[in-house]
Amino acid sequence: MDKNNGSKADTGYWRANLRLLGVLLSIWFIVSFGFGILLVDELNQFSFFGFKLGFWWAQQGSIYVFVALIFAYIHLVQKLDRKFGVSDEDEDPSAEGDA
Amino acid sequence: MDAQSLTYLFVALSFGLYIGIAIWSRAGSTNEFYVAGGGVHPIANGMATAADWMSAASFISMAGIIAFMGYDGAVYLMGWTGGYVILALLLAPYLRKFGQFTVPDFIGTRYYSTTARVVAVICLILISFTYVAGQMRGVGIVFSQFLNIPIFWGVIVGMGIVFMYAVLGGMKGITYTQVAQYCVLIFAYLVPAIFISMLITGIPVPQLGLGAQVADGSGLSVLDKLDQTLTELGFAAYTDGAKSTIDVFAITMALMIGTAGLPHVIVRFFTVPKVSDARKSAGYALIFIALLYTTAPAVGAFARLNFVDTVHNTQYTDVASWFKSWENIGLIGWQDKHQDGRIQYHPGAPFEGKPTFAPERRADGSREVTNAPTASDNEVYVDRDIMVLANPEIAALPDWVIALVAAGSLAAALSTAAGLLLVISTSVSHDLMKKTFAKGLTDKQELFYARLAAVTAIGIAGYLGIDPPGFVAQVVAFAFGLAAASLFPAILLGIFDKRMNREGAIVGMLAGLIFSISYIAYFKFVAPETNNADYWLFGVSPEGIGTVGAVINFALAFIVSRLTAPAPAHVMTLVDNIRIPSGVGNAQDH
Repeated sequence: MDKNNGSKADTGYWRANLRLLGVLLSIWFIVSFGFGILLVDELNQFSFFGFKLGFWWAQQGSIYVFVALIFAYIHLVQKLDRKFGVSDEDEDPSAEGDA
Repeated sequence: MDAQSLTYLFVALSFGLYIGIAIWSRAGSTNEFYVAGGGVHPIANGMATAADWMSAASFISMAGIIAFMGYDGAVYLMGWTGGYVILALLLAPYLRKFGQFTVPDFIGTRYYSTTARVVAVICLILISFTYVAGQMRGVGIVFSQFLNIPIFWGVIVGMGIVFMYAVLGGMKGITYTQVAQYCVLIFAYLVPAIFISMLITGIPVPQLGLGAQVADGSGLSVLDKLDQTLTELGFAAYTDGAKSTIDVFAITMALMIGTAGLPHVIVRFFTVPKVSDARKSAGYALIFIALLYTTAPAVGAFARLNFVDTVHNTQYTDVASWFKSWENIGLIGWQDKHQDGRIQYHPGAPFEGKPTFAPERRADGSREVTNAPTASDNEVYVDRDIMVLANPEIAALPDWVIALVAAGSLAAALSTAAGLLLVISTSVSHDLMKKTFAKGLTDKQELFYARLAAVTAIGIAGYLGIDPPGFVAQVVAFAFGLAAASLFPAILLGIFDKRMNREGAIVGMLAGLIFSISYIAYFKFVAPETNNADYWLFGVSPEGIGTVGAVINFALAFIVSRLTAPAPAHVMTLVDNIRIPSGVGNAQDH
């Protein structure tokens, strides 16, 4: 493995990546374990399109947010890849060897 | 045509399609057999992953379980979808960059140890076999109920089909078959759900129908009516749970990280060309999965409402015909405790165990249940698995919908079985033979052993499906706990903790695995009478213990790795390399 962009850029990329993961996984935790489980009784006092709100988060809402989170990640991490010059978008995967 | 001929037709057509794809996509090299040549489009891979993932349990059982658990059913809904967020963000891209064939490959290389590789193979085989037995059983049950074929022959036919495309086509055959199977199963799930949502609420989108008003002039929403009806009968409200918060938390977490640690799911991300494609296909996979998973709670609630409406306080002679047809199969049992000819539906088991029937019928035509009655007022035994299968009949939908549901449940069971059998055979031929005990194998020989292992695994899975030892059904649900406690922490730490080394990973995996298996075995087999919250560790049930196992794994791995020598320099370079997306090659032997 011969990397010319050096380990400095790599660690910068890795730190930024970890920050992004931290933010997205916090949202993941809040909507499922937070809204759907720990706070379900409190949220159930509110009504939401005919649902009790906590119940809706547990059986519907959290799943929609999961989908949104993955696509947000795809978009944001791709931007990060480009910024640090480590994107694989223009690579031809059938060509062997490292860029 | 009657329902049965239509079912034969639909099932035969779908099987013909799968076999056609198998012949078209025959694998010629280990690269094609293991990872479909690494050239699958992310959308196709997303569909294949969804079919791979959604098993007989998702298709047949889940809505029924939710129908009877109410709020608590959320553990499955969140647990089996939230895992994809972890997979997409924390595992899939890095494992794709790593670029080999199997999960034990990663663990063996990252932890520079044959022992670690073999431990990972053991975890993988334990997890996958417990899981696959349930699929074969599902195939057998669908055959016997819809086509009147004995379970034995049903399983044999299922084995034959899986043999065709898994052994011939390997991952390449499985991938394209799974794309077709996803289309069949999602169509078969949504059509009856839309019909039933229309019937009950007048709204064709089940996800919205679940929150809408019941179209009976009462002005109540579906969930309010369900809460009201059930509490009147003495049940807990549908939107309240019966499990403790800590148990719901632990089970959901175990299912999430277990999902992310399941080898047959992870390996799907080795089949796409690039790291960015691995991320995308996790996103597409979750969209395709969410389509079914957001529909299931609606199906469950409608089914429960329908069930109570049809059954409770109804004279047996007037009850709908589906009640009688499932009673004939023995999945519904009615014991007329009050001797008034009316069916009474209340909480609690109606009698001890599963129903056994007297040879003679009662005067009104019902089957006499001979089990010892319990003290509860409830007279009805109902197997949860029938809710999805019986739904088209309950809602009086046309015969072709019933045929479609049969074809859909077979697609769900077969696609998952094939994916599981593939990872079992791959780990035997690649990890145990080529990388451990028979290092001189050529590609051709390895491919031969991969096929031989697949045949053997199908044979064992079929045997477990036809003649399941009593414990199989109970253990299937625990595959997730085992994956959560053993493989998931080792993979995650391998990517995110550079200091993690061989000693830490091996100790962690073994401790997590042994702890979880012992806990489950204790409460299921050694002392099942103590299987309740009073005896559970921290109030966590065996279903959720994988979460505790994972914590033990993480903690021990961390401590042991800090007390022993760090990983060698070439492994550090490997970790640096998998952390950046660019520079991926085809999955190959390094």
